[in-house]
Amino acid sequence: MTLRALFQPHRIVMMVLFAIFVIWCAMSLRWDWIPQYAPLALEGLWRTIWILIVTCILGFLLAIPLGLAQAIGPWYLAAPARVFCTVIRGTPLLLQIWLLYYGLGSLFPQIPWIRGSDLWPYLRQAWPYAVLALTLSYAGYEGEVMRGAFSSVNKGQLEAANSFGMPRFTMFRRIWLPQAIRNVLPTLGGETILQLKATPLVATITVVEIYAVSSRVRSDMLIVYEPLLLLALFYLIIAGVITLLFRKFENRVPTR
Amino acid sequence: MGLDDNLMNEVGQNTADEAIKVTDLHKSFGTLEVLKGVSLTARKGDVVAIIGGSGSGKSTFLRCINFLETPSSGTITVGGEDVEMRADGSPANRRQIERIRTRLAMVFQAFNLWTHRTLLENVIEVPVYVLKTPRAEAIKKAKVLLDRVGLGDKAETFPSFLSGGQQQRAAIARALAVDPSVMLFDEPTSALDPELVGEVLTVIRDLAAEGRTMLLVTHEMKFAREVATHIIYLYEGRIEEQGPPDEVFGNPKSPRLQQFLKTVGW
Repeated sequence: MTLRALFQPHRIVMMVLFAIFVIWCAMSLRWDWIPQYAPLALEGLWRTIWILIVTCILGFLLAIPLGLAQAIGPWYLAAPARVFCTVIRGTPLLLQIWLLYYGLGSLFPQIPWIRGSDLWPYLRQAWPYAVLALTLSYAGYEGEVMRGAFSSVNKGQLEAANSFGMPRFTMFRRIWLPQAIRNVLPTLGGETILQLKATPLVATITVVEIYAVSSRVRSDMLIVYEPLLLLALFYLIIAGVITLLFRKFENRVPTR
Repeated sequence: MGLDDNLMNEVGQNTADEAIKVTDLHKSFGTLEVLKGVSLTARKGDVVAIIGGSGSGKSTFLRCINFLETPSSGTITVGGEDVEMRADGSPANRRQIERIRTRLAMVFQAFNLWTHRTLLENVIEVPVYVLKTPRAEAIKKAKVLLDRVGLGDKAETFPSFLSGGQQQRAAIARALAVDPSVMLFDEPTSALDPELVGEVLTVIRDLAAEGRTMLLVTHEMKFAREVATHIIYLYEGRIEEQGPPDEVFGNPKSPRLQQFLKTVGW
């Protein structure tokens, strides 16, 4: 957008209104708690971001076989994959998180060899359950997306690969998977933003991510709106970055 | 009579000279028998044009040769190597099929260039990822091939930005990149606008002139007569008539072929 396009009358009005809102927020709301909570907030922000990235990557890696099994798998692979996706998509994420944390989390301590294992120091914390629940959730939704994506790739594209004697795995890696992902990139971008907005749920099982920090401020200082406004800003910025990243991927290869 | 002609062809001929040989190929889709025993022998440098009406089985025949369709029965020999087939006609040895396919480059009616890769990437894909040619070498060769089909300046373009004729020429460059012993053309100009047919035929004509072995399924009768060394006319899954182009086109014996040539405006 050029500078000239930016300075249209209606845009100037909107910008002035927004500036007034920001100034009003800065002047008449309480921000003196920020220095005190900044280190915790940064920690929480970082936790939100790595949980998002890790669960999206792991979830997507699971979604590929889930989608493939449903698209071309034999029934004994397709049926469980379909059941998994249906259950995950048909139940609330909050419920899944709680079932894993309070269910598995209270079952594990009763099993001696788990208590005695090297993994125990991790399994007694909350974040592994949060990561597991969010990963499974993303896998369930994206498994369904990838099923459609694999089926949507033009048969001629695969036939061409076949006709040149391309081995099956090479064809999958070089032709089928990239085209399937390319076809659903816009959907995946949207789903990743939904995943971002699902992360506050893990605060309910004591994982201190950015939403939990804002709750802490509210209960400690009895300040309600200021931390929530700041929180909204953080989520907006992360969502914006996700949108830009996906757009960059999309622009690298034209559709069709 | 198809079989007899093939036997005649083989007289006094060294089998090492034989690029491809198909014997008594049958193919059924369910109860519908599309190919009812088709045989063909192409020596190195032969250009065999397969003509026939729609539904005559000519595309199916071509697709059976590299097992894009599984034949029901028959034998296929490529460069003297018999393709191992099970009793139901399916390939018995996947490795062998993959190896043989790399020698039989196919050009499709719908081009089937890989849409997520540029022309250059399309052309080097099989050499680099299947034949394990060093990348730099493959790129060098791909540029020469793209130049040859008149697309040297489009190497970094994605297929969707090109006309049908350009895409088909790029598909031919992709096929040439594997140094095929036989090229299979499946109606290469049927999906093209009339004004784009010429540029593709010119490329194929050059290939014929340099002695490439080709099997060509086509509706372009004039072109078939001009470039082919042998014409096969398929009718309802059988070879109805075959021979040198001048005989088949100049003096068709079968009434069906006469009728067919009349309908296509020969």
